[in-house]
Amino acid sequence: MNRSLVQRLGFALLGLAALIVVVPILFVILTIIVRGAQAIDWEFLVAMPRDGMKAGGIFPAIVGTVLLTLGTAIAAIPVGVGGAIYLAEYARDTWLTRAIRLAIINLAGIPSVVYGLFGLGLFVLFLQFGTSILAGSLTLAIMTLPIIISAAEEALRAVPTEFRTVSASLGGTRWQGIRYIVLPQALPGIITGVILGMLRAAGETAPILFTVAAFFLPRLPQSAFDQTMALPYHLYVISTQVPGMPAEIQYGTALVLLALILSMSTVASVIRSYYRRRRQW
Amino acid sequence: MAKNDVSTAPQPRWIEFAIEALIRVLGFSSIGFVVLIFLFLLREGIPVFFEVLPGNLVGTRWYPTFDLFGMLPLLLGSILVTVAAIAIALPLGLATAVLVREVAPNWAREILKPMIEVLAGIPSVVLGFFGMTLVAPLIRETLGAPTGLTAFTGALILAYMSLPTIISVAEDALDAVPKSYRDAGLAMGATQWQTIWRVVVPAGRSGIVTAVMLGMGRAIGETMAVMMVTGNAARMPLSLDSLFRPVRTMTATVAAEMGEVAQGSVHYHALFGIGIILFVLTFAINLVAASTIFQKRRRGGLR
Repeated sequence: MNRSLVQRLGFALLGLAALIVVVPILFVILTIIVRGAQAIDWEFLVAMPRDGMKAGGIFPAIVGTVLLTLGTAIAAIPVGVGGAIYLAEYARDTWLTRAIRLAIINLAGIPSVVYGLFGLGLFVLFLQFGTSILAGSLTLAIMTLPIIISAAEEALRAVPTEFRTVSASLGGTRWQGIRYIVLPQALPGIITGVILGMLRAAGETAPILFTVAAFFLPRLPQSAFDQTMALPYHLYVISTQVPGMPAEIQYGTALVLLALILSMSTVASVIRSYYRRRRQW
Repeated sequence: MAKNDVSTAPQPRWIEFAIEALIRVLGFSSIGFVVLIFLFLLREGIPVFFEVLPGNLVGTRWYPTFDLFGMLPLLLGSILVTVAAIAIALPLGLATAVLVREVAPNWAREILKPMIEVLAGIPSVVLGFFGMTLVAPLIRETLGAPTGLTAFTGALILAYMSLPTIISVAEDALDAVPKSYRDAGLAMGATQWQTIWRVVVPAGRSGIVTAVMLGMGRAIGETMAVMMVTGNAARMPLSLDSLFRPVRTMTATVAAEMGEVAQGSVHYHALFGIGIILFVLTFAINLVAASTIFQKRRRGGLR
């Protein structure tokens, strides 16, 4: 057979594979938007659930997810950024540094449900936080660490060495160079990484199953030691545990969760591309 | 004079010293967390290996209410779904990576990349919900399976969940192959198609293996979507048609049953025991994947 014909057929095959990858993604998103939009009105967003969750809104689940995400951010940002500063600015290439990198790769690979077990064992039972926002946020924070560390390290490494040299030549200490020169330059990249970590936390279900999530709690949480409903767990509950659930409410909940996460990832990529274009080095 | 020096510095030395010490501690925290996770899994899970006879644990039946804790069907269930998912995702992912890196014009790349990023961001529970409501009925009708909640349904969803990982790692692997390799292939008179499959892809082999390993790690640990679409029947998937029957994975078992067990019971310890197995499995998979990454770094890569 003609070689260029083989090539053309081959490329067509690659295109077909890409279509098989992309079309279902579009289909999932469009279906959820079209069917979910029918359920969403003001009441759905700001009312408590009624009639065994078959009517009313999903307000407590939205608030719960926002609180959990904020809690995760508070716990994960200092540890993640600190860890990244160590790796990018202080660590030398020793076996210990390699052990840290290996640990990060492994943290990223641990199944989400195992994080749930760990959170149950350490935070809920051993430290006696109970099933609480505190326990859930801390569990999610450890899960998002590898995402934040890798992104922040990459952002710090992207700042040219000359910036540090100049800072040192002006009499600045190493920490002053990091604090006043390197960190501000790397900030957009770090923020992008933090958002990526947070959207992972907002969408996860398994780590919060045994650490914080409430099946049905038609009030807002009172403190960090309170349970809360959360969007992903709520979607799981109303699509598997409650018979006779109206499909609109399921699609509506899926859409709210999806919209939250896609808007976060849009913000992240806007920040990334905006600063990449403005960057002068 | 010495006093003056200190006051012109923005921060006293000891604060800086404390900050740097703190950063060192935070740098090592990742190791601490991995150890902590493993310790707490052991603490809650080890008892099961004393409370339940070994013969029972490796048995073929998981019926906790009858004190039967055979983990084999769960392990095989996880393996079946994972292998099937990779069998679907690898050809699709590799083809997409090759298309994006080697063939596609810029505009196509600009469409494909964000779509794959979006896929990576869709929460597992949303895909599980979608799988339950739309994919399962489709499979029920086309294959005649009683519910449509089968290992295959799970594998299909999992394949899409591991695609972003496989595509991006495979892309990096292709990207690391020097341009001179391609030039050499083309100069020998090979078409671009031949150059891709006989020069570029073989040269990026180790990175593609890494992509498969990381995709597998992602698939075997996936919980919610799998629990929602595989039907959760703890039976041995041994016959040929197992792929089109309900199956139950280790992750789904933990997620579904942990809410109902009494803390400290044998069942509770058994679920943490499954957690230990999952931890060790994914640790091993990631170790293999990481070792290929480190090897490349030490050799200075292909660049």
